[in-house]
Amino acid sequence: MTDLTTATAEQLGRAIAAGESSAEEVTRAHLDRIAAVDARVHAFLHVDADGALAAARAVDARRAAGEALGPLAGVPVAVKDVLCTRGVPTTAGSKILEGWRPPYDATLVARLREAGMVILGKTNMDEFAMGSSTEYSAYGPTRNPWDLGRIPGGSGGGSAAAVAGYEAPLAIGTDTGGSIRQPGAVTGTVGVKPTYGGTSRYGLVAFSSSLDTPGPCARTVTDAALLHAVIGGHDPMDSTSIPAPVPPVVEAARRGASGDLSGVRLGVVAEFAGDGAEPGVAAVFRDTVARLTKLGAEIVEVSCPHFAYALPAYYLIAPSECSSNLARFDGVRFGLRTGDDGQRSLEEVMSMTREAGFGAEVKRRIILGAYALSSGYYDAYYGQAQKVRTLITRDFTAAFGRVDALISPTTPFVAFPFGARTSDPYQMYLADLYTIPTNLYGGPAISVPAGLSDGLPVGLQVMAPTMADDRMYRVAAALEAAVGPLAPPAL
Amino acid sequence: MAAISREEVAHLARLSRLAVTDAELDQFAGQLDVILQAVARVGEVVAADIPPTSHSVPLTNVLRADEVRPGLARDEALAGAPDAYEDRFRVPRILDEEA
Repeated sequence: MTDLTTATAEQLGRAIAAGESSAEEVTRAHLDRIAAVDARVHAFLHVDADGALAAARAVDARRAAGEALGPLAGVPVAVKDVLCTRGVPTTAGSKILEGWRPPYDATLVARLREAGMVILGKTNMDEFAMGSSTEYSAYGPTRNPWDLGRIPGGSGGGSAAAVAGYEAPLAIGTDTGGSIRQPGAVTGTVGVKPTYGGTSRYGLVAFSSSLDTPGPCARTVTDAALLHAVIGGHDPMDSTSIPAPVPPVVEAARRGASGDLSGVRLGVVAEFAGDGAEPGVAAVFRDTVARLTKLGAEIVEVSCPHFAYALPAYYLIAPSECSSNLARFDGVRFGLRTGDDGQRSLEEVMSMTREAGFGAEVKRRIILGAYALSSGYYDAYYGQAQKVRTLITRDFTAAFGRVDALISPTTPFVAFPFGARTSDPYQMYLADLYTIPTNLYGGPAISVPAGLSDGLPVGLQVMAPTMADDRMYRVAAALEAAVGPLAPPAL
Repeated sequence: MAAISREEVAHLARLSRLAVTDAELDQFAGQLDVILQAVARVGEVVAADIPPTSHSVPLTNVLRADEVRPGLARDEALAGAPDAYEDRFRVPRILDEEA
């Protein structure tokens, strides 16, 4: 590692704007770091060195021409391989999209480019963002920089590991049930799920359209806020995009960094207390509550009785939407086609293509979704899950009548060893126990490093009301200041 | 009692255009049964008078101005096609030869 790879994004942006460092040397430092460690970490599916260096030189040229640069101009960023990048391979971690080069940029990617950010490459993920460990990637798992024998979380384990391993100061993830926050928690990094509709889904390979939310991954809360400000805001290309400005997240992060939380009321969800957190995680959470109290926050226990049904409802709603969304992979317009011998029918070729192109978890979820949407089962499964979604939203609304934000551990357990949860898919689903309620409600949530359990990172989750993303940044930044920086993992 | 049978899984796989193997059917049937037993808990919530939520954003009928904008060029649209023929997507046969 060098000073350029250990610096925060905020520091890099300032140094580049001031001419103390060139965007090109910052980019080269990160490409060198990737070359040194990524054979072991496998955070990246594709490194675009030429594209990154060209983007960096363009920023340096703009500065030389006297242009004022934005706060993240010239700062490198890694992008989860589920967002379309024009001309650069985009696989969503699946064999069905191997070698596909999108003909257009996702809105988020276009915004990164407009801000002068340097896209280093595309990061590994569970196939179609379905998983909590990257073990369901068709291209092999990413390893956690803290312990290469353990998972980096998922689905966005590549983005989190790239940031944790100092291969990139910032990354983009997507969070459908916890895929930004849980990897953040187990890699000791910051992961943010913005308000649903606060970041555009245009050009995002769809998994569960009513839940998918892109957001930032970073090593500091302020860095996450700076990236949030770049990617957030209304997009006319996404009909579920909220037509409102980005909440004042950067200001909130800076205010929180002062460490004063007096006047802030934080709710601890009573229903999470006895539910599934391993002892080391529960201990860090207790210490965190004490820390937050010391910073001036008032801690209140609140009841959200329907959170217990969030995981079951999610594993009906998300598979139902995925069974519909993934119907587009039919071997006709793009992606894999298998078995087309000139004799077989379209239906046979389609079935062979999808069988060969999808992994086991994706097939399980497609079948589960098709079941939940079947005539005769619809009311009992999908219909009932949608009603649970209403009840969970009401729980959040009632809780936010009493407190400013809710807190919980981000995930019930620290990074687990590879293979520990793959034989029983439901055991993998439990990783998202605390993150899923927020997705069903649509509000924002952040995971911030809270401490270590047996040498492995534990995250605190802060959940806020819809479009009050700034609140969670303030709380997270205060905790970050109190905890202090984690020592970098030895790689 | 199992929530889902091997035959039901086979039927759903066929509807989903997945040419699953016998080994997969054996594996998926057991795994999906465990998952379905767990998610069936949503039925415990008495919710007769609760409206369903399909989406968290209360937006309806989002419209845009009806203006001509640039789209993908034909070559770009076809660039990712598994098979193209005379500027079109070529597909396997849809009808039987006799038809």
